[in-house]
Amino acid sequence: MPKLTIDGLDVEVEKGTTLLEAIRFLGIEVPTLCHNDGLTPLGACRLCIVEIGKPPRSKIVTSCTYPAEDGLIVHSNTQRVINQRKLIIELMIATVPSSKTIQDLASKFGVTKCRFVPEHGECIHCGLCVRMCNEQMMAGAIGFAERGKDMVITTPFDKTSDVCRLCGACMYICPCCELRCQGPNAETTVCSGCLNLEAPCLDTYDEKMCFLDPCAACELTGPFRAEKKKKVQA
Amino acid sequence: MKAQRTHILVCTGTGCVSAGAFDIMETFQKEIEKHGLQEEIDVVPTGCNGFCENGPLVLFEPEGIFYQRLKVQDVPFLVEEHCLKGRPVPTLMYTPHRKKTPIPAMKDIEFFKYQKLVALRNRGRINPEKIEDYIAFDGYLGLAKSLTEMSPEQIIEQIRISGLRGRGGAGFPTARKWQVCKEQPNSPKYLICNADEGDPGAFMDRSVLEADPHAVIEGMAIGAKAIGAEKGFVYVRMEYPLAVERMKKAIKQAEDMGLLGDDILGSGFNFKLSVAIGAGAFVCGEESALIRSIEGQVGRPRQRPPFPAQKGLWGKPTNINNVETWVNVPQIIRKGGAWFASVGTEGSKGTKIFSLVGKINNTGLVEVPMGITVREIVFGIGEGILGGKKFKAVQTGGPSGGCLPESMLDLPIDYDSLASVGSMMGSGGLIVMDEDTCMVDVARYFTNFLAGESCGKCFTCRKGLERMLEILTNICNGKGKEGDVELLEELAIMVKDTSMCGLGQTAANPTLSTIRYFRDEYDAHIKEKRCPAGFCKELITYSILEDKCIGCGACKRVCPTDSISGEKKQTHVIDTKTCIKCGACVEACKFDAINVV
Ligand SMILES: Cc1cc2nc3c(=O)[nH]c(=O)nc-3n(C[C@H](O)[C@H](O)[C@H](O)COP(=O)(O)O)c2cc1C
Ligand code: SF4
Ligand code: SF4
Ligand code: SF4
Ligand code: SF4
Ligand code: SF4
Ligand code: SF4
Ligand code: FES
Ligand code: FES
Repeated sequence: MPKLTIDGLDVEVEKGTTLLEAIRFLGIEVPTLCHNDGLTPLGACRLCIVEIGKPPRSKIVTSCTYPAEDGLIVHSNTQRVINQRKLIIELMIATVPSSKTIQDLASKFGVTKCRFVPEHGECIHCGLCVRMCNEQMMAGAIGFAERGKDMVITTPFDKTSDVCRLCGACMYICPCCELRCQGPNAETTVCSGCLNLEAPCLDTYDEKMCFLDPCAACELTGPFRAEKKKKVQA
Repeated sequence: MKAQRTHILVCTGTGCVSAGAFDIMETFQKEIEKHGLQEEIDVVPTGCNGFCENGPLVLFEPEGIFYQRLKVQDVPFLVEEHCLKGRPVPTLMYTPHRKKTPIPAMKDIEFFKYQKLVALRNRGRINPEKIEDYIAFDGYLGLAKSLTEMSPEQIIEQIRISGLRGRGGAGFPTARKWQVCKEQPNSPKYLICNADEGDPGAFMDRSVLEADPHAVIEGMAIGAKAIGAEKGFVYVRMEYPLAVERMKKAIKQAEDMGLLGDDILGSGFNFKLSVAIGAGAFVCGEESALIRSIEGQVGRPRQRPPFPAQKGLWGKPTNINNVETWVNVPQIIRKGGAWFASVGTEGSKGTKIFSLVGKINNTGLVEVPMGITVREIVFGIGEGILGGKKFKAVQTGGPSGGCLPESMLDLPIDYDSLASVGSMMGSGGLIVMDEDTCMVDVARYFTNFLAGESCGKCFTCRKGLERMLEILTNICNGKGKEGDVELLEELAIMVKDTSMCGLGQTAANPTLSTIRYFRDEYDAHIKEKRCPAGFCKELITYSILEDKCIGCGACKRVCPTDSISGEKKQTHVIDTKTCIKCGACVEACKFDAINVV
């Protein structure tokens, strides 16, 4: 069984464990986006990066795909990792500013500015939908086509799929279609809603129960926070 | 080869063939028959000599006289003069740049003088389609030795002593790679020869396959014995039909002679080889993508580790090496590792093939000892910069290599010194740039190429390169802002650090190295809205210098937009409002009167 050191802690894991699993086993948090416990790791979003080895020969790898190898020295939160991760989030925000998942990552990791012209795209190519459809729905209706900046998610030959069961699982798992963040617009790519602690749910959802959960603004000032909690516990 | 008085070696590499080498060869044969010389003179087709821009090439042996740029109509005269009257023909020989006297012997020509042929030892001297020719030059002796006298450990030990490092890019020690694969418990094991060669402008692997396919077979068979593999693939890109054909022929011949297949040379050792055709993109040359491609999947890199040596083709241990790596093997085994290690530098042994292109007098394929300086290649072999211009930079290592400035002309070329200055050996591309090259545009050009070739899986490689390209394009178009260079650097380092495969990890080199060595050019574009090389269209204007213009009107005649006006013998003027900056007038003016700033 491989033995490794993660953030100074020794840990022994089963063969075949990924670094992400080993790190989480120790209760250390690593942000992920394209990872899902039920799906094959892809290593697409690069958010789950950690530093392995000793500087100056250390290198950055994605923990969700990297095997927990014997003798490995892992640091999950070095300055290098933090800097790169923030820039990745900044790039993601510029790509799909309307994704609540990404906006939440931005506020959580202190990304308060976006130096890129926003694209207002709809997809960050995390491949969750493709894997969901393939591995859980056993449909294989969608996949990646083209490469580089032209890469798209589509059906074979862009034709309406005859194997798609319209189950909606791909949309359910998508970090970009799932919950739309209401905040950002052309001028403010990084939604300042959560950061300003003005819960936007007040005028968006009125008296109704908000389904944005977790919402940083809500956590701090949300009027329905107590109610939400109760409902979750029930 | 038969013992004949003269051998006429006709280069039939891809370059010379497209310049008409097969017709030349046929005409030689006809002429020789006409003169009844067929018993004395043998016409032999050979692989590429690397000097393709001067093709079709022919070498007369044993005198070593070199003829170039031959036309079919030159042949009868040449045969009559050289073969019958014994008078070499100077007008068909090579004349160096800015010189008048032709050089008769190949070995005296600057381009060939500094070269040391190991991997390409049979280029231009044997018929690649005849196994007998290969054998005549000690071919398959290494295989015989390794099958009959050596244990797998002894073979790997010789490779270790030789210091051979992978020629496909990363320079990983070959012996260590073989050792890991050999030690894997599961079987069968596979070997792959990587001849995908996706670097634009590079053709070292093609040239090896075309000139000496049997050396690849022999190298792989020796590797198979060392590693314990029974099956191998030569992965050649579809665009190399001649290489594929020669490789297939060579495999067939080797099989017929019992040098491939079951019970090779009666030693009980089996090894089969086949050709796999790659139709993929640049990234398919990356080993894990290549393996997927052979398996019939989309050629996208995958997570390593596990490395191919642990889990490769169909999940089995697989050893993958570059063409050039494989062809060095037979000679190391035949002559010993120490022989190979006697050439080169401390960390990089042997020779390396480079593809020399760009603004240089002699372009082509050259094999030189490791540790040769950039200066020796550019000003020795290359005979200096085209048109007597000033050298500005050289990019080493293909599209994702770094650009090195003039101050590094004396840098020895080897894996470690190139890496230490922010570039790489790569597969051996060398692009020479002169004073008219804009380094920001160079970074933009290669970033554009790499952004298009990224497989797109990693967010950082895909989006990072796209955004870098956006910033670089803005700078070239005069829309650069204060802080752009810093943001560019931040992005570049992120792409390099966080991308999964070699493509993303090296893709920032052109940008980072040009920022490091040519920062002043970036600043001029951003702060002064000026392109110092006079290249970026948005940042230059054309004007006519009063004191130089004699009013000949040549510029006026070529201007596609009628932007030039002026009376005969009067100074002409350019209307900058309608000028589209095509540069035609500069070409036309014989008096250097057109100024580009
Ligand atoms: C984007 C990319 C393209 C590559 N293209 C080639 C190639 O065309 N030929 C090659 O031999 N190696 C190529 N490589 C390197 C291979 O992944 C691999 O390292 C090499 O084939 C190993 O052989 P070696 O140890 O003999 O160098 C490429 C790597 C990357 C990242
Ligand atoms: S809706 Fe169609 S494409 Fe989406 S997961 Fe279900 S089957 Fe696949
Ligand atoms: S559509 Fe959604 S789930 Fe699918 S790749 Fe794009 S962002 Fe990911
Ligand atoms: S406050 Fe609400 S709208 Fe704004 S980012 Fe958070 S979840 Fe989105
Ligand atoms: S680094 Fe680029 S080319 Fe390599 S796997 Fe990632 S996206 Fe694909
Ligand atoms: S650069 Fe082209 S368009 Fe401009 S003046 Fe010269 S020839 Fe005419
Ligand atoms: S070609 Fe040169 S010299 Fe002649 S008119 Fe034009 S600028 Fe003047
Ligand atoms: S979670 Fe690991 S790369 Fe996306
Ligand atoms: S093909 Fe003849 S020199 Fe290259």
